[in-house]
Parts: sequence; C-alpha cells; structure tokens
Amino acid sequence: MAPPGPASGEGPSRYRTGALFLLPALVLLCVWLVYPTIYTIVRSFFGPSGYLGGWVGIDNYRTLFTTSTLVTAMKNSAIWVAVVPAFVAAIGLIFAVLIERIRWSVAFKTVVFLPMAISAFATGVTWRIMYLQDPSQGAINALGRTVKDAVTPPGVLPSAVPSTGLLQPHGGALILKTPLHPGGVALLGLTGIAPADMPSGSRQAAQPIPKPGNIEGVVWRDFKPGGGKAGVVEQGEIGIRGVTVELRDSSGTVVQSAKTEANGAFDFTNVSAGTYNAGIGGATFAKPFGGYSWLGPSLITPALLIAYIWIWAGFSMVVIAAGLAAMPRDVLEAARTDGASEWQVFRRVTVPLLAPVLSVVFITMVINVLKVFDIVIALAPDSTVANASTIALAMWRTAFSAPFDFGTGSAIAVFLFLLVIPVLALNIRRFKREI
Amino acid sequence: MVADVETVVVPRPHESLAARILRSLAKAPVQILLAVIGLLWLVPTIGLFITSIVPQSAISTAGWWRVFTHPSLATFSNYSALIHDAGLTSAMKTTAYIAVGNTALVVVAGALAGYAFAWLDFPGRDWLFIGVVGLLVVPLQMALIPMFRLYSTLGIGGTVLSVILFHAAFGLPFAIFLLRNFFVGIPKDILESARIDGASEMRIFLRLILPLGLPAIASLAIFQFLWTWNDLIVSLTFGTTPITVWIYGHFREFSQSIDVIAPASFLSLLIPLAVFFAFQRYFVQGLLAGSVK
Repeated sequence: MAPPGPASGEGPSRYRTGALFLLPALVLLCVWLVYPTIYTIVRSFFGPSGYLGGWVGIDNYRTLFTTSTLVTAMKNSAIWVAVVPAFVAAIGLIFAVLIERIRWSVAFKTVVFLPMAISAFATGVTWRIMYLQDPSQGAINALGRTVKDAVTPPGVLPSAVPSTGLLQPHGGALILKTPLHPGGVALLGLTGIAPADMPSGSRQAAQPIPKPGNIEGVVWRDFKPGGGKAGVVEQGEIGIRGVTVELRDSSGTVVQSAKTEANGAFDFTNVSAGTYNAGIGGATFAKPFGGYSWLGPSLITPALLIAYIWIWAGFSMVVIAAGLAAMPRDVLEAARTDGASEWQVFRRVTVPLLAPVLSVVFITMVINVLKVFDIVIALAPDSTVANASTIALAMWRTAFSAPFDFGTGSAIAVFLFLLVIPVLALNIRRFKREI
Repeated sequence: MVADVETVVVPRPHESLAARILRSLAKAPVQILLAVIGLLWLVPTIGLFITSIVPQSAISTAGWWRVFTHPSLATFSNYSALIHDAGLTSAMKTTAYIAVGNTALVVVAGALAGYAFAWLDFPGRDWLFIGVVGLLVVPLQMALIPMFRLYSTLGIGGTVLSVILFHAAFGLPFAIFLLRNFFVGIPKDILESARIDGASEMRIFLRLILPLGLPAIASLAIFQFLWTWNDLIVSLTFGTTPITVWIYGHFREFSQSIDVIAPASFLSLLIPLAVFFAFQRYFVQGLLAGSVK
C-alpha cells in the first residue's frame, strides 16, 4: 500500500502542495524573467521611446549593423571571444600541470585564484592604476621603461636643438653642413638645454685649436645669461661632456667617433685627406621612454583582455587541476614506463584525457566574455570607453545613456541572447550527462 | 578545493641521496618560475592597497612603489576620511542589504522549489523543471529595459528591494537546478519513513532536507552573496547606490579622486576576500557547478 501523505495523495492536494512550494520561485521567474524576455523581443521591433513606440520592423537590427559604435562593440566582442577563452584555458592548463611538481601548490592556487573573489569593477580600478601612462606612476610602463632603458639608454640631451642653421637634423643625428678637411675645426653649438639637464662636471667651453691631420671641435651650450652670439664660443658658455660625435666621409659613412671632454672638446686624429662632415650621434638626443598609452583608444582592448585573463586564470587552473586529480594515474605512469618523454605524455595523454574539462572552461569563458560589462566601465576612461565597448556595454549605453533608445537597446539584448543560447545549451547538455 | 586537493607524493624507497638532490635540482626552474608568477599575480592587488594608503599628492607625482623606499608616505588618513564619509557608509549598508537579502531569498525560494521538483509528485513536474532550467539562457540584459519601465511605473525604482528581487530572479534557475539535483541524491528511505510517520511535507523540508542539503546550500549562498556584493550593472540601472556605484560616481575625476577611489575599492573587496578565505571549499564548489551560468 502506498503510504498516505500529501505528496502521493489524490487529486487537488497534490497540486496544492506542489504549488505552495513552487509559488515564490515561479512568481519571481515569471515577473522578472519570462515577462521581460517576451517584452524585450517584442520591443526590439518598435521605436526608441514610449511603452512600445512606433512599429519599425527590423530597423533596429539594421541599426545594429550600420552604426559605427555598435559595429565596434561587436568587433571587440569577437576579439574577446577569440582571445580570452583560449588564453584562459591554456594558462590554466599550464599552471595546473606545473603545480603538481611543487609542494606549495595550495599557496600558489590561492594566490592565482584570489582575483576571482574580487569584483570585476574593483579589478578595473586596480588595473587602471597599473596602466597609468607616466612611467613614474604606472607600474607596467615603469617596467617598460626599465627594460627599454637597459636596451637603449636615453640620450644625455633629449631636448637639445642646434644653435645655428649650419647644424642640421639627419635621421636622429645632427650634422654640421660646413665641409671639413684635415686641420679643420668643427663648432657644434646646442641650445634648449635646461641648466639642470647639463651633464655634471661640464665647464667653460674650449675654443678648438686647429692641428694638422686632425679635425678638432667642441660641443657646447651656445647660450649664456643675456644670450650671447650664436655659433661663437664665448666666455661663460659651457662645454658639454660625454656627447658622442661622429665624423662622416663624403659618402655619409661614419669613419670615426669620439666622446667630448668636460670642456666639450673632441678630436678626430689622423684624418686622411678628403672632405668630411662632423656631427652629433642620434643616441645623444634619444627621448626617454614616455610610456605606452594603455588606456588610449588603440591599446584599451588589449589592456582589458590582460586584466580579464588575470581574473579568470585561477578559475581555469582550479577546474583543470580538479580534472587532473581525477585522472587515472596509472595511465600516465604506463606511458612514462613505456619511455614517453614528459612532453609526449602531456601532449598525447594528459590533454586528450582533459578535453571534457577544457571544453567546460572554454564554454564558460565564451559566455562570460559575451556578457562582459563591469570591467570595461571601470577600466576604460570616458574618452576611450566607446573604443573599448562590448555588446553588453553597448546595450546598456544605448538604452540607459543618451539617446535612451529602448528599441535599439532591446535589439542588442536580443542579439546577445541569440549568441548565448547555443553556447549555454551545449553546457546544459553536458550538465545533464553528468547528473 | 583550492585547499584540499593535495598532490599525491609517490614514495620512491630505493632512491639514493644523490638522486634525490638531483631530482629537486631538476625541479628548481619550475619552483622559481611559479614563485615569480605568484608574485606577479599579487602585484595589482598590492598596488591597489598601497595606492589606498598614500596621500593623493604623493601618488600624482610618483608610483605607489615609492613607499618601499619612503615608508613615511604611508598614512591612514585616506581611510579615516572615508569612514567619516556618510556617502560611503550608506553605500556599504546598501551593498550589505542587497547581498544578504538576495542570498536569503534565493536560498529559500530555490530550496522550496528544488524540493518540489525533487520529491513532490505532481503532473507536469518534469516539463516545468526543464522550463525553469531553460531560463538559464536568459542574460540579464534581456530584463533591464522592461524592469526599468515597470519599476518606474510602480514607483519602486531605486529601492533596495527592487534590486534584490531582480537579482533573486536571475539567481533562481541555477539555484533550483543545483538544489534539485542535490536533493534527488538524498536516500529515498529517509523521506519515506518520515512520511509514514505522518510528518508534513513542510516538516520534512525543514527538518530533513535543509540539514542534509547544507553543503549545496552553502555553495549556493556564497556564490549568490559574492555575485550580488560585486554587482554594478543592476544597481546602476535601477538607481541604487551600493559601493560599486558609489565608487563609479567618483570616476569623472579619476586621478584627482584616487585617494577616495583606491581605499573605497579596497574596502569593497575586503568582505569578498574574507568570505573567500572562510569558505574557500564551498566557494570553489559553487563555482565549479556555476559554470553553466
């Protein structure tokens, strides 16, 4: 005999108990999900304002593909989908495999997973500070400056300019137009140097004395308080030390180079007969690294992708590590015993066995990325937010900032909905299989 | 799972000391690589924290790392100014109300429905369940415009309750899915014997299902709490001011307001971090299951 009770009772009571338990959830779902979904789909065929607005057919969907800001948003979302899931899955896989070899894997996992707990909004703020353009403020550009200065040090006189028209720019260098012969003298005057930027230890400039077979010269700050006469070495004008000077032959090839002394003097010795030009090497004027404009229009999307991958790598690592832990160890050991290298084991055994887990990470990330919103609004300054826009953000900006176009906003939402359905359907099918 | 999956150490009994030293040397590059990556991963968060304890005047001329050479720059004046800011305290309260209210609502409504779908027998049950799970595909962007209109018509826009209800509805499909599948796994005998003893369904739900379903409920609760605590888009749309929206309000002058933005951002992530460290295991479980969302 079936036991008596509401669950297996007859007639209306079965409905009544079920309905009572379901009531709160169903009310919420109907009012906040079912009704809005239907409304938004219908609304997407109507004009910008009012409860419905005028019927416009598929015009809103046309707008979607013809308005440049919306096309930018779709292109950006395509970049997000193409880049983020692959990188997140790959980085997570690498981390998950590597942490099996260390004893402090729990600490590492915790550190990399930490950003998951932080809001995407706070992450945006965090990275905006990292990305500041001035290398003395933004950590990433500071790192860039350290690397760049180690490879190509900034010049001693980045801001200097020639004092007379005789000294002319040539590539990055400055070349004295006056032709020189052995026994000649080169006067390389510069201005535009702040006193504080003068190389230390420089002193009164020396008027070069011609020497047979040599070309003598001076590099000096062709300026003294009150002005002075351009192109003439005068009392009170200071030589510049440590400047690289070059001697070029008539074909323009550098045949000698030298460094100036404390009084700015330099000499090219044993110069064979011919016509030469003297000049100052381009390295002298190399500008210091000014920092990349990470938050500017062209780099904002890469900047966002990096920050987003930073958040989600931990998720990917933890999911994949759980997959690795569940993996049959004897299969791996057998492959190793058979003489497979670590790389072969990874490529031929580990990755194929992890394929289901990797696809979970991948699909999850595709969905997340399509809906990305908070981090863009937090990281991109107002001036570049249009360049950084994504579908979800474009929807919000279209509907909830000027021009408050609910019709097009609804169309973008429906478009997003259509993109998410197939991906999520795949995911639910997988879930059903698992349970 | 972050904490409880231990690497299996395979014992190698016949290994000489030299072989063991060689083996750990071979691991050194991996150790160093991971140590460097781990440190790099912390840099942005550390940067935010240090930025938050340095006066605005210092941060506008030099990077936050200058604190390492000039420790005297560090000050808590940003924080003490912030704590006395009525706007911030009210934003924090709003955040807490939304997060707690939503979590409670989702857990209660989700558990009731999950139980009904798992253990109550009524016609059309499985079809209804499939319909509810199908709602997982609806992105919340689909509901922003209609609910914004509806809230304005009803005059409840900008209230904490309106935001809680919105969040709860979007949390429910997954909550029901998760809890129903967990409740189904509870042994049938326990329920049947309770029914034979004449216990009402509500009593069974409260006394049996909730305690037995606690692991799944905990995961769900933590996940919901963090999701709503960290939300920006819903509150921004409906006009409430939790901490994220409050910080966003200072964005127009980002670098001038950095002494407000940085400490407030750091305050906003303290609670999620505390929840994360306290309930790591449940958090990760919820997240693993939450992959469908």
